[in-house]
Amino acid sequence: MSRSDRAAERLALAAEAARNRALRPARRDDLGLRRALSDRLLPFLVAAMTFLAALTCAGFVASSGMAARWRAGAAAGIVVQIPDPGAPAADGRHTRRAAVLARLATLPWVASATPMSEGALADMLRPWLGDSAANLVVPLPAVVVLRLTATNPLPPDAAATLDTVAPGTLIEDPGLWVTRLTRLATSVQALSFLVLLIVALVAVSVISVATRAGLAARRDAIAIVHLLGATDGFVAGRFARRIGRLCLLGGLAGAVASVPVLAALLGLSAPFEAKGGPAIPLELGALAALPAVTWVIGWGTAQVAVRRWLARLV
Amino acid sequence: MVVRLDQVGLRYGPSGEDEVLRGISLAVPQGGFRWLQGPSGAGKSSLLRLLYLEARPSRGRLSVLNTDIPIAETRLGRGMLARLRRRIGVVFQDFRLLPHLTAFENVALPLRIAGRPEGQVRADVQEILAWVGLGRRRDAHPQELSGGEQQRIAIARAVVHRPALLLADEPTGNLDDAQAERLMQLLREMNRLGTTVIVATHNAALVRRHPGPGLFLDGGRLVGDEADGYHEPE
Repeated sequence: MSRSDRAAERLALAAEAARNRALRPARRDDLGLRRALSDRLLPFLVAAMTFLAALTCAGFVASSGMAARWRAGAAAGIVVQIPDPGAPAADGRHTRRAAVLARLATLPWVASATPMSEGALADMLRPWLGDSAANLVVPLPAVVVLRLTATNPLPPDAAATLDTVAPGTLIEDPGLWVTRLTRLATSVQALSFLVLLIVALVAVSVISVATRAGLAARRDAIAIVHLLGATDGFVAGRFARRIGRLCLLGGLAGAVASVPVLAALLGLSAPFEAKGGPAIPLELGALAALPAVTWVIGWGTAQVAVRRWLARLV
Repeated sequence: MVVRLDQVGLRYGPSGEDEVLRGISLAVPQGGFRWLQGPSGAGKSSLLRLLYLEARPSRGRLSVLNTDIPIAETRLGRGMLARLRRRIGVVFQDFRLLPHLTAFENVALPLRIAGRPEGQVRADVQEILAWVGLGRRRDAHPQELSGGEQQRIAIARAVVHRPALLLADEPTGNLDDAQAERLMQLLREMNRLGTTVIVATHNAALVRRHPGPGLFLDGGRLVGDEADGYHEPE
């Protein structure tokens, strides 16, 4: 066969394939599944579960973010508060703020001591006090952020050392509360994961029941196509396609329904974000993946349920 | 041999009830024709069920289209059985048409299951519908068709993919004499072209008009096989 003959044969095959595609009905329903598997109840149930999953995912992401911020805050340094910073220190020559800074500069376990500006202090208080944080009539303490040297922990007598220079000076070691909050965040994450797992298991159960109902409704049709030579894959594929489509519809509806709720939560949490951004990051990517996940769960569950059911036929 | 049974028994269910077929041994060669006869309850439908692979023997040895079918307790390749079924055409006594599909779609089903190109499916289905005289009823659903029309659709579905083995269970039960004759001409024509045909019937007149070797069942046993020179008992 010459090259031109082969090319002509390939063209003819391609034309036939295109003709067959054009001839084939767009949505052939050999088993009558459109009627057997209603497009109302299953998508509604899947939508409800997707909605719950979206909120749970948001909780998971938010707790992860908060834990990360708490850990970053702890790593940022130790906070020293100096009440009444402009008053004379114990030595009578410097202000209390200057005296504490001078003393910190001499301590071997201090790598750096950075005073926080009044503007930065107001920003820190803004989530709780609003814009009035910058114009408070009550005196604010001076805040100094310490970084420790790599080899030295915070000594137990650190507060006493600074108290002798400026009585009433406080040192806040965030280690303890960060440990407790991180444990709390980890628990919330574990709980979110458990809830997601339960939602997925319920979804699989609901889809299995729906598939079995469809199998019962189309028992005769399945028996006939089985006798006509349909493979298990033929029957399971048609069920999986229908169930997957219904789950995708439900997943899309549930994800869309969760958007306003998540947006409202974002709005509520925004003031607690130090830089004015959202405390709960809206993971649009994860949200968009939820319908795809529902399709995979629906398709896979239907495949397994139908093949197990078909195994009883000869 | 397209069909071979050697001391085949069949019982339904695992509880060990009485066998509906007992010790059946017979053989039908490629291109053979057999009438399957016997009184009601003799086991004709059960024997056909074995042959179109809806049931498996509980004992003995069964071979269909040169493929050994293992007994019920044995695991088997489901894909292999599906491929085998695609080479068998069956006309069921109760038609077994899919009510949600049109006449055209019912007839097209074996071709689509076999993955034939849609262009070929359309051409073959149009041709066979015209042959059974239902070309103009192609878009009707089974419930809109008379019993005779439904039976002709069932016949068209059984032969549209040109099976190697054609089994028919009382195929003329709902047909008038003219349609029954036409059906027999179709079955004979397919047989002449090499298809092995087995027809279960009560219709003695039809058998007389179209003589051929018979298999006689009674009480689940083969009591006569005219191909072996062993004729129906008087």
